[in-house]
Amino acid sequence: MAGKTLYDKVWDAHVVNQQEDGTVLLYIDRHLVHEVTSPQAFEGLKLAGRKPWRLSSMLAVADHNVPTTDRANGISDPVSRLQVETLDANCEAFGVVEFKMNDLRQGIVHVIGPEQGATLPGMTVVCGDSHTSTHGAFGALAFGIGTSEVEHVMATQTLLQKKSRNMLISVDGEVGPGVTAKDIVLAIIGKIGTAGGNGCTLEFGGEAIRALSMEGRMSVCNMAIEAGARAGMIAVDDTTIDYLKGRPFAPSGETWDMAVAAWRELKSDDDAEFDEVVRLDASLIEPQVSWGTSPEMVTSVNGVVPDPAADEYAAKREGFTRALEYMDLQASTPVTDIQLDRVFIGSCTNSRIEDLRAAAAVIKDRKVADTIKQAMVVPGSGLVKKQAEAEGLDKLFVNAGFEWREPGCSMCLAMNADRLEPGERCASTSNRNFEGRQGQGGRTHLVSPAMAAAAAIAGHFVDVRHF
Amino acid sequence: MKSFTQLKGLTVPLMRANVDTDAIIPKQFLKSIKRSGFGVNLFDEWRYKDAGFPGQDPNSREPNPDFVLNEPRYKGAQVLIAGENFGCGSSREHAVWALDDYGFRSVIAPGFADIFNNNSFKSGLLPIVLDKAIVEKLAEECASTEGYQLDIDLEAQTVTTPNGDVYPFEVDEFRKHCLLNGFDDIELTLQQRFRIEEYEAKRRESAPWLFG
Repeated sequence: MAGKTLYDKVWDAHVVNQQEDGTVLLYIDRHLVHEVTSPQAFEGLKLAGRKPWRLSSMLAVADHNVPTTDRANGISDPVSRLQVETLDANCEAFGVVEFKMNDLRQGIVHVIGPEQGATLPGMTVVCGDSHTSTHGAFGALAFGIGTSEVEHVMATQTLLQKKSRNMLISVDGEVGPGVTAKDIVLAIIGKIGTAGGNGCTLEFGGEAIRALSMEGRMSVCNMAIEAGARAGMIAVDDTTIDYLKGRPFAPSGETWDMAVAAWRELKSDDDAEFDEVVRLDASLIEPQVSWGTSPEMVTSVNGVVPDPAADEYAAKREGFTRALEYMDLQASTPVTDIQLDRVFIGSCTNSRIEDLRAAAAVIKDRKVADTIKQAMVVPGSGLVKKQAEAEGLDKLFVNAGFEWREPGCSMCLAMNADRLEPGERCASTSNRNFEGRQGQGGRTHLVSPAMAAAAAIAGHFVDVRHF
Repeated sequence: MKSFTQLKGLTVPLMRANVDTDAIIPKQFLKSIKRSGFGVNLFDEWRYKDAGFPGQDPNSREPNPDFVLNEPRYKGAQVLIAGENFGCGSSREHAVWALDDYGFRSVIAPGFADIFNNNSFKSGLLPIVLDKAIVEKLAEECASTEGYQLDIDLEAQTVTTPNGDVYPFEVDEFRKHCLLNGFDDIELTLQQRFRIEEYEAKRRESAPWLFG
């Protein structure tokens, strides 16, 4: 019999019951909660007179709606305020642990989970948010769920699931200097497409993945959903274990030793069989820039905007044409000729301390270009912000002309006051370039933090390796 | 949950690939703490010329006459024919609630994003996967025939066109059973309470760090 994949192992360990048709009742270890997708679930519990099954599995935080300036004045938008207050009230009523808006530990749910050690290897982790795939970086099975499932997990600690197929994405060899985790994952999505992982759990492997820090691995798994896969996973190794040691929610003492012994097993067996295998040569990956309205519409910074009329794009012509029209781009324009209006460094993809360091390292003592209306840095959590300030990064950003903000989802999806105006073009370290994602009529180009910082200084995209 | 058995409904084609949940229901409307009222903002950025925000009077909006749902012939549509990878992007169930609240009961496409597909079944909206060529044919027929209605039978797992063509579709057996009967998943799961408790007790022994 063939060995097991990492996904098989974590899945098998969580099967409570399997029906004849293959539907599994899957036990959920960690349930992260935020304000947008939980109110209707809490209401459902209340109406049915139910209580959360296991409170210790839950950790809540407000991130999507929170302002990134003037926190002392609260939330000025009454609709956003009500949603955050509703989360506070629900957490209080049901006894759920919550990091409130002014708690130093508050931040983007996918940043704080790992930061606190609330995400552990081998766990099943869910949250009413598609970027829950982030936590797969720890060898956890982590995926986003809708609000009905949020309520189901609250009430039963389980989900009814069918197993996905196993897809291995192996990034072989080493990436060149200046090429980051973000570039790797954008290159993967460019290769397999935005529906390429539908129905699959991805495992990211290969030398280039193993060489990444935990933060880099989180950036990669974060965007598994942009390749259509609900979950992306990476095997546990020393990097994983070193990261977790001493974190507030991580085990300690004898339990730590016991956990580490179990975590060491969390890798695919050598003879495991995958349903699909995709290989990329890391040495060929260049800094990436998305040009269209889907994350698969991506190319190298040294590339050009594709021509929908070209034969190779026949099957995608309509979508490409529509995307170029929305993005107001001409076919064959060099990517480095694209001028920008705003720059956003943040989001659950790229707002961790290493991301901020990478952006800061590019800036040196240079200034944001006069043509850039706004460049902002939004740390992923209060603790990331504090660490960055201890390293003097905030001053470096501010002196260069960046705004230094409070933590939250911010302009990744523009649910708070941070957004693009119609027609504005943004270099963004976030994960989605959909139409209107960063504000109605706004145009998003996805890049790494270093590429975003370089673009802010130049006013247009530049190859960060020669900047 | 609302049940779905059989439906003969006015059909509308929206044949774009990768229609994402931000397009289905833009983020500013996710600030609602309710489950209802999203239909008026379904496809907001495509459906209206002016910018949408929560609490607007719908009668004050400027509809985009070029958007298919605004064509008078499609008023009251219950079946949506869509392109590949429909519902990609975020996990927001609000996308399903918006389609449902607008009046849609079923979406037919060559493929759906996984989370959207899951959410649909939970809210009584039937996602039907058919071959791309068939979906394109249905969309063409629909566009060229005023009052085009598809007849969807979940029990029989068929889609029947006005001229009598019958297309079978696959559906997960358990989900079909739940949808036909309008079962509440949570209630069903809690019937297995003892199994969950048993699992938990064993797991507390073997992996205590998960229960800290």
